[in-house]
Amino acid sequence: MRASANLAEIWVYLSASPLLGLTVTLLAYQGAWWLSKRAGFHPLANPVLLAVAALVLLLALTGTPYATYFDGAQFVHFLLGPATVALAIPLYTQLPKLRAMAGPLLAALVAGSLTATVSAVAIGKLFGASEASLLSLAPKSVTTPIAMGIAERIGGLPSLTAVLVIATGILGAVSARFIYQALGIADHAVRGFAIGVASHGIGTARAFQVSEQAGAFSGLAMGLNALLTALLVPLLIPLLKHWL
Amino acid sequence: MLGALTILLVFQLIGEVLAQLFALPIPGPVIGMALLFVALALRGGPSAELRDTAQNLLQHLSLLFVPAGVGVMLHFHRIGDEWLPLTAALVGSTLLTIAVTALVLRALAGRAEAREE
Repeated sequence: MRASANLAEIWVYLSASPLLGLTVTLLAYQGAWWLSKRAGFHPLANPVLLAVAALVLLLALTGTPYATYFDGAQFVHFLLGPATVALAIPLYTQLPKLRAMAGPLLAALVAGSLTATVSAVAIGKLFGASEASLLSLAPKSVTTPIAMGIAERIGGLPSLTAVLVIATGILGAVSARFIYQALGIADHAVRGFAIGVASHGIGTARAFQVSEQAGAFSGLAMGLNALLTALLVPLLIPLLKHWL
Repeated sequence: MLGALTILLVFQLIGEVLAQLFALPIPGPVIGMALLFVALALRGGPSAELRDTAQNLLQHLSLLFVPAGVGVMLHFHRIGDEWLPLTAALVGSTLLTIAVTALVLRALAGRAEAREE
């Protein structure tokens, strides 16, 4: 009896401190990484997907609100900034190949960026999505902070966009290998660049599991597509509304 | 490790300041990445310390998306109402984007290589 009262007190204390959110994030991720490694880094055993699923289940079972969890997890979230800056280093090591491919890379970027926005809105419309959802879908292929900013500017729901962005990242990371196998695409620079355009940082994390060259080109694509999408989507949306 | 982490944070900070100052549509860390890339090109490459720190940080890039991903629990209700159009749009668009980007890049890069030879 007394022991259980103490446990409850400990729970109350811990659930109010950031330690728990931070620790469960690291534990869930390491478990997910271990499983992913055991599966030979197979794309279907995506560590982000596995860790998020485990944590959502845990929070739901313990009735912990997301805000409480994020108080601790924000320390991990913060590192996204410096990690994005760090993408410059693998990119630098690819400088010669980058120079040789500059023109084709830009053309592929424009083609991919347009495809991402137009196809998401068109397919959503075809299946009867609401206008708020369509506008939230438009910037889904770029990294979260930019996508949320674009959604806000064009009248979407930024918090819904954040979820669609993460889902897009996981989908790309899970499916890219199968698309490349079907199309016979072997070059790691091409593979990395395409996953970076479609699936931003989560695609880039996946590309680094495959090779440093794929990761470097994916990081480049993510940065360039962030820039292009921020410029393109606000111009495209009035046209798309007219067509659809 | 500490020095390298400081360099990354300083470049992020410069990026954030520039983004705010000129009301740029790009986030600070992406500007920081571009600036660090230029600095590395001018300097002729990263130090061994910076290279190792970047490698450690990027090796577990997946981890950094987990906290934002757990935010999906806030939207279960909204997603439940429109799950079919949202799923179709995300799956269709993601597959198409990867395929189109890869095919265009392979076609053009192949031609560029052929011209050089």
